[in-house]
Amino acid sequence: MSSFYGVELKSRLLLGTSRYPSPAVLERAVKASGAEVVTVSLRRESGTGRAGQAFWSLIQSMGVRVLPNTAGCHSVKEAVTTAHMARELFDTPWIKLEVIGEADTLQPDVFGLVEAARILSEEGFEVFPYTTEDLVVAERLVEAGCRVLMPWGAPIGSARGLNNVYGLRSMRAHFPEIPLVVDAGLGVPSHAAAAMELGYDAVLLNTAVAEAGDPVEMARAFALGVEAGRAAYLARPMEPRDMAVPSTPVIGKAALGD
Amino acid sequence: MRIYLNDDMHEVAPGTLAAALETLGFGGRKIATAVNGRFVAASARPRTELADGDRIEVVAPMQGG
Repeated sequence: MSSFYGVELKSRLLLGTSRYPSPAVLERAVKASGAEVVTVSLRRESGTGRAGQAFWSLIQSMGVRVLPNTAGCHSVKEAVTTAHMARELFDTPWIKLEVIGEADTLQPDVFGLVEAARILSEEGFEVFPYTTEDLVVAERLVEAGCRVLMPWGAPIGSARGLNNVYGLRSMRAHFPEIPLVVDAGLGVPSHAAAAMELGYDAVLLNTAVAEAGDPVEMARAFALGVEAGRAAYLARPMEPRDMAVPSTPVIGKAALGD
Repeated sequence: MRIYLNDDMHEVAPGTLAAALETLGFGGRKIATAVNGRFVAASARPRTELADGDRIEVVAPMQGG
């Protein structure tokens, strides 16, 4: 069990809903992943369009909790206004807060992120900030009221895995009581397992599943990776060492040499 | 008067945001709104008077990561 703002979740995999080949594949992938939380967003809709309404009906039919995001927001004002719209539309205080600072890497604008997190936390939002592994920024986010931190593994959609294992490990050690989620940049289940082996509480991913050749099977594979990584963390892995140590006992070995 | 809804210009009768949304086909829809960059809650739409040139944003649930 992992707890996010008092909500207990059995699954440690949070899944995005974007870029799937079809709504039917999305639905099957969510089911195969075992995710209890999916991320959603807001976009303009015309008076004649019905895409948003159809998508919302599908999400509701899945019986999952939603985590709305502020994706694409580049300023504090945009992110805060988007959060207000999301809270009303999705009827949840949860918000995955993104304030993007750099177009090529989609790196968070951590200064704007802290400012927006403070505003939203004071207004009663439960903020899931998409941040970097910078410990000073993380401290500021906690001071601002965040009770979950979501450092990136690598740039969004890059499938590069954990770019800074040392930084992520430091963050886990520095914030033993704060739920930590590696968000973004994962490509294969071993990346998710590695994050969980570091003691992270969960992972959040989207593109790695949605753009796989078989998204449903990849969703299942990620669920297994997350479960394996978590079990390994709880089993306390041995320390790496520089030299070989025979695993087979030497005592009692038959003397067969010359 | 002229208003801009998601950047598209529309000619509507002077009135409230709720009335304009109804006229433009959003009645009963699951949407969220902002006027001139400021969030307007659903409950406030019937008492939000629009002015000529107002910029309205209308968003709906969408896939997200």
